[in-house]
Amino acid sequence: MSTLLLAEQVLNGLQLGIMLFLMAAGLTLVFGVMGLINLAHGSLYMIGAFAAAAVAGATGSFLLALMAALAAAAAAGALVEMLVIRRLYDRDHLDQVLATFALILIFSEGTRWVFGSFPLYLNIPDYLAGPITLPGGIQYPLYRLTLIGIGLVIALGLFLLISRTRLGIQIRAGENDREMIAALGVDISKLYTIVFALGAALAGLAGALVGAIQSVQVGMGEPVLILAFVVIVIGGIGSIKGALVGAILVGLTDTLGGLLLPALFAQFMEASAAQGMGSALASMLIYILMAVVLVVRPTGLYGARA
Amino acid sequence: MTFKAFALAASVAALATGALAEGHGGVKVGMITTLSGGGAGLGIDVRDGFMLAVKQSGNTDIEVIIKDDQRKPEVAVRLADELIQSDKVDVMTGIIWSNLAMAVVPGAVAQGKFYLSPNAGPSALAGQGCHPNYFNVAWQNDNLHEAAGAYANSAGFVNSFILAPNYPAGQDALTGYKRQYRGELAGELFTTLGQTDYASEIAQIRASGADSVFFFLPGGMGISFLKQYADSGVDIPVIGPAFSFDQGILQAVGEAAIGVVNTSQWNKDIDNATNAAFVESFQAEYGRLPSLYASQGFDTANLLLSAMETASVTDADAFRAALKAADFESTRGDFAFGPNNHPIQDIYVREVIKEGDVFTNRIIGVALEDHADVYAAECKM
Repeated sequence: MSTLLLAEQVLNGLQLGIMLFLMAAGLTLVFGVMGLINLAHGSLYMIGAFAAAAVAGATGSFLLALMAALAAAAAAGALVEMLVIRRLYDRDHLDQVLATFALILIFSEGTRWVFGSFPLYLNIPDYLAGPITLPGGIQYPLYRLTLIGIGLVIALGLFLLISRTRLGIQIRAGENDREMIAALGVDISKLYTIVFALGAALAGLAGALVGAIQSVQVGMGEPVLILAFVVIVIGGIGSIKGALVGAILVGLTDTLGGLLLPALFAQFMEASAAQGMGSALASMLIYILMAVVLVVRPTGLYGARA
Repeated sequence: MTFKAFALAASVAALATGALAEGHGGVKVGMITTLSGGGAGLGIDVRDGFMLAVKQSGNTDIEVIIKDDQRKPEVAVRLADELIQSDKVDVMTGIIWSNLAMAVVPGAVAQGKFYLSPNAGPSALAGQGCHPNYFNVAWQNDNLHEAAGAYANSAGFVNSFILAPNYPAGQDALTGYKRQYRGELAGELFTTLGQTDYASEIAQIRASGADSVFFFLPGGMGISFLKQYADSGVDIPVIGPAFSFDQGILQAVGEAAIGVVNTSQWNKDIDNATNAAFVESFQAEYGRLPSLYASQGFDTANLLLSAMETASVTDADAFRAALKAADFESTRGDFAFGPNNHPIQDIYVREVIKEGDVFTNRIIGVALEDHADVYAAECKM
């Protein structure tokens, strides 16, 4: 196995991780601040992708499409928070899961009603298309590099937002003691709406960015949602830093596992069988990782100590 | 987090096409197909093709009850029980996915129902599990992949990289390709079912030194793969079965698909009067070009209608013989059933082109003529 292939795979793992981070950040904030399990987070990802595809189709501009994805997902998030989620904060997690699962079905069939059952077209803009040659002779798609860059900038922005701004202080305070900050005069319901819309916007952005290299179709958010849950469980619920580390860990494990395990099995078994065994085990790898993390640190890597 | 497992206990509205005529000759059809969720485009095409043929026939003796299986085997099994026991259907059809077909078909035919498959053709039902009441109007699963292997030989490819999802139809696909293909393998990969990111696989293809890539990634998986492949700068020629290049998804793939070679038993430019009329009337009725799935639904309905003309469904032996005769005008031209009730047909090589603003396919050759499946020999009936 060449080092070139390995280096390319590390980049791929990083890119997958960064996109997972955008999903997981919103999920972990919402869980950390509001104590809410939001299964409909994947639907917000889908809304972002569909909004981007629709606007890109109408205007031809990828930047406008990204703006539309952010705006549509944030608006959908704020609306959902005000109409549905707000009624769920005091209920137990099972009610939250049921209600947000219902939202998945409503969003999926609603999107099908508006856009039809066939996948939509969304492609990367010409100025980001094609591969570039990196130092060391690695050919790597420019668009994927851009995704890594955008993700890292957003991670930095979120970190600054949480640690340096007034809103960040309120969010952190809300995580620790929501009655107390309400008593101190912070408009808690407005804060919740803002946090929810922020998480939704990040999911929508991820959907639009990823939609351009994958397929924009109904139900695209749910597989990512499952991975995002794995990420926040590994990283520790409520922690942005945990989400970033967890996401990159999951991305690298998934990508490198899929490459290395079949190669490892091929050392001592027939090629076709090694492929089958290796890929089956590789697809379990991130869940094994999650189990190991939970055994060693039950609250996740950066989770609050009980 | 398998919350998707909370299956909704909802079934979709039944469409009745005209009142059932009094007396014998009436046929009740139960159609279970995928109308919601990720694979809905395929089921909708099969349904629309089927209903178009029923409508065009003007036959009022046929009643079709349509149910949505949501691509879930357990839902399909429940719907099948409902159709057989309370609706008392005579004929069943519609299932898209092989795993659902395996869950429903053996039970349905064992209860004396006829099953006409408009899509799924798992090897188990073509070989030892074949049944006189089970007819496949589309293909046996391996067929299009075998044709891709035959095409690779004729195109002079000797070092293919092959990949498919790690599930039964994916394994059948690679087996089918290798059955015809005579060259070396540069690599063989199983991906995860439903996978959307293929960066890792593409990197391995780039490093493998292959001269061709064969992939079977139906639906959204194929869209993702092709877009990412085009963007990666790897320019090794790609071959695949029609499932990643059907009319429904080509528009979402866009320019990335242009020139890609794929194999299919049907295309809209097959030159016969039935096909020309089908393509035109499908467009007029639904406002989109038909896919191969739509043609399969259309052919399935016409097969059923042809059998209804010569025999009554109450006389099972006569009806079975009438189905087996396949005395209908297929959109594919020549069509006949082999000994295991699976099609014997030509499989074509198509190329993706752009017609005006629409991405579509055109036939560039025949990969396999009068092709039957290899499992017929194992079928004892």
